[in-house]
Amino acid sequence: MTGASAFEQFLDPDNRADPYRLFPELRRTPVARQPDGSYVVSTYREIVALLHDPRVSSDLRNVPEVAAIELPPDETAPQLPPEFIRRDPPDHDRLRALAMRHFGPPHRPGRVRDMAPRMREIIGELIDGFAGKDRIDLVDEFAYPFPLTVICELLGVPREDEPKFHEWSQILVATNDPSTGTLVDRNLLRFRTMAQLGRYLNELVESRRGRPGDDLLSALAAEPELSRPDLLTTAALLLVAGHETTVNLIGNGMLTLLRHPDVLERLRHEPDLAVSLVEELLRYEPPVQMPGQRRSALADIEIAGTTIPKGAVITLVLASGNRDPERFADPDRFDPERRDNQHLGFGGGIHYCFGAPLARLETQLALTELARRLVNPRLVADPPPYRRTANVRGPRHLPLDLDGVHPRAAG
Amino acid sequence: MRVVVDLTRCQGYGQCAFAAPDVFRMGRAETLMYTLNPDDANRDQVLRAAAACPVRALVVDELGPLGRPRKPNGSRTATTTPGRGGTPGGIGRIVIVGASLAGLRAAATLRTQGYQGSLTLIGDEPCEPYDRPPLSKQVLSGEVAAEETVLPMRAELDADWLLGTPATGLDLAGKRVLLADGRDVGFDRLLIATGVRARPWPDPAEAALDGVYVLRGRADAALLRRRLRDGTGSGVGRVLVIGGGFTGSEIASACRELGLDVTVAERGPAPLVGALGEAIGSIAGDLQREHGVDLRCGVTVTALEGDGDGRLRRARLSDGGTVDAEVAVVALGAVRNVEWLEGSGLAAGVWGVGCDAGCRAFDVNGIVSDDIFVAGDVARFPHPVYGYQFLALEHWGNALTQAEVAAHNMISAPTARWPHLSLPVFWSAQFGVNIKSVGVPTFADEVMITQGSVADRRFVAAYGRHGRLSAAVTFDQAMWLEFYQDLIERAAPFPPDFAMVGRPPDERPVPAGIPERISAIQDATVVVTGHNPDERRVTLLRGHE
Repeated sequence: MTGASAFEQFLDPDNRADPYRLFPELRRTPVARQPDGSYVVSTYREIVALLHDPRVSSDLRNVPEVAAIELPPDETAPQLPPEFIRRDPPDHDRLRALAMRHFGPPHRPGRVRDMAPRMREIIGELIDGFAGKDRIDLVDEFAYPFPLTVICELLGVPREDEPKFHEWSQILVATNDPSTGTLVDRNLLRFRTMAQLGRYLNELVESRRGRPGDDLLSALAAEPELSRPDLLTTAALLLVAGHETTVNLIGNGMLTLLRHPDVLERLRHEPDLAVSLVEELLRYEPPVQMPGQRRSALADIEIAGTTIPKGAVITLVLASGNRDPERFADPDRFDPERRDNQHLGFGGGIHYCFGAPLARLETQLALTELARRLVNPRLVADPPPYRRTANVRGPRHLPLDLDGVHPRAAG
Repeated sequence: MRVVVDLTRCQGYGQCAFAAPDVFRMGRAETLMYTLNPDDANRDQVLRAAAACPVRALVVDELGPLGRPRKPNGSRTATTTPGRGGTPGGIGRIVIVGASLAGLRAAATLRTQGYQGSLTLIGDEPCEPYDRPPLSKQVLSGEVAAEETVLPMRAELDADWLLGTPATGLDLAGKRVLLADGRDVGFDRLLIATGVRARPWPDPAEAALDGVYVLRGRADAALLRRRLRDGTGSGVGRVLVIGGGFTGSEIASACRELGLDVTVAERGPAPLVGALGEAIGSIAGDLQREHGVDLRCGVTVTALEGDGDGRLRRARLSDGGTVDAEVAVVALGAVRNVEWLEGSGLAAGVWGVGCDAGCRAFDVNGIVSDDIFVAGDVARFPHPVYGYQFLALEHWGNALTQAEVAAHNMISAPTARWPHLSLPVFWSAQFGVNIKSVGVPTFADEVMITQGSVADRRFVAAYGRHGRLSAAVTFDQAMWLEFYQDLIERAAPFPPDFAMVGRPPDERPVPAGIPERISAIQDATVVVTGHNPDERRVTLLRGHE
């Protein structure tokens, strides 16, 4: 890889275990033009500015070669509009607010908080399943099934359909990653996969007709202001983002705790620590290292001595901003009680992670229970094997050796 | 426990309302209402909310009253007292007059920046520092009791508090603050942060009618709240709000929330016109009417009339009309608390207390003092971004940032001093809409909608003066505010000539409709005496209204 730029090295799967050592080099050029004409932004201040810059569009239909993509008419499923994270105001604001109406404040302020008891139950059952084993894969046996079950129940998607949508979900995550192909190829694949996932979700909506449940899919289907295609992409977004990211936050979290046994020990006795600890995880090991490659400049943007020209694609490396020493003291240190931790783990601005409150609560509860119940957990391999993608980063497997599990807390 | 949200920073992400729905409540889009002194049972929720805030706008205290630890902690107190050795600059006694937001923040900043000398806070009200913005919102609507607005403190202040003890004079030569109870307090450095009070109704007899209120302090809010609560549901009584500025508009909003009939009488052509100009103020006026407010613009109240028992019954308007009302709230702006400085030799008057950008007070001759500093609503300071014009800002955020600058400068060497350069930012929650502003909207001749839609009541209005961007005002679009702040600080051209998300087509700049106003400082009358440079001096004449 001699001669590869810091960003190219960051995309290289061989560097997945520790991308952080590349970031100081990356930040030497805060706004760096890439060979394909896109711009990579790696410093905290510039990332925050662009997250709040209305000259930055999230709708790649503003990039001519992506706008030109059309699925052939003989496809098995119809092409869908982009989901709201790939739209700009006013459509974005309208669609996000419609989804929020059934998920959080002001209409359903307690919905996420009130999911805690059910989350604890799922966590409890999954950890019970470790009994009698001396080796587990924390990803396959916990970090993946837990948020998947939660999002399925919230949305009203049958948990047993996972084999049906698993591959689509994986492809959709990968199509965000610049290492997996050209912008056009990736978006063509995205449109095709989204259409298939949309067709599956449409069947679910149809089967629910006339007997709605207390789930998001039923509620969104009853929204008169939400068109069917927008309903399907919204549901697809929530389903995919609702588990493909949290699995990595929990995986990265357990790995980080095992690398910091003193913190793991503290968490066993001080469950309150989980709150600030999860914020620090979002800074230190964010599952979303960059929000895909989906932003572009609507006008020339002068920033950090560089002009991003109109039409250029922009990549914000949030994970690098999170380690920027200009913003965070001792940025490579994991400090579960870090003050003033204004991290970029959930992005910022109008596209701030929709599911952030859910992911926070899931991870707080999961790590607290894992810390409390696993007896003498040990990493089998460090580093563990990682997922290929650079944008969504986390262990593919996290094998642990255990000496057993403590019983669930009474009550 | 105590919580305050820095709504200058808040961008409406709503993460606190997810984490602690019993304490924080989002309005239609991004307005945030919350309980300031929540029950300890909600502690877990509140700490989750504070950690989750993406802009770290929540301040939570775990300390007890007056910044002392809640649980007696002998070791901490014992170690701080012998530590009182004074700062390296030989400043050992600092006095802060004004124990509200600015005074408290200055005290906290002094301590966090290492000041170890004695610290005295003097306040005329008998209570601990409390937060005022909720008084015209959560307190009037009944969500929060007036007494439960006490401000949190993040650090132990180790201060002497003289509360309920108004300052009555300043002896500059003797470096003493004189108190109403006859005592005096000596200082090496003084911070003046006495703020403002509500401008009273000009006719004392009419002001004394039962049913006539003002709203500035917590006691005012408690009285008004009680009256509104008693009026709720009884089907009688209309509330007349005299003055359609931010306070008046928020009071009207709270009344409508309570289901009360409200009339707002505004002298100008629209509410908020004095702060935002007529073009944007008229949108706020539409918002009021949509929410059922009987808004009368272009009129003043000429008289308040009572019945035989001294109860308010009616108001007469300058257009010949009348309004039958049992409650009138006088919201005609503020008067600066400077009377105690009369004759002190400082440039203090109806305009406030003049100071430089480093918060050092001017004496009557216009010479800056090295020992007297000013911060908060009472200060009048030059802002380089606005042509070095002297601004007096009654903004929560300005009280904080100016107090921080003042405190820093009080204990810093001259070369290490900071200028108070932050752009003014304010917010107002009314009729379910969060209005925020950056810059100085009245420093403008044109305004245009650059993002969003006026019809949806979600938009950004950019203000320009002489071809430069001077301010931006958002209605439920706070996340974009920082972008405009950056443009203003870079002296960006107006109107913006680039594409933006949500930019409406065919919008053009229109006249901002800023009312002509004579700066209060132009009313200052002085007499200059003496002939030689060493004897020329200024005397400030009293008596201007």
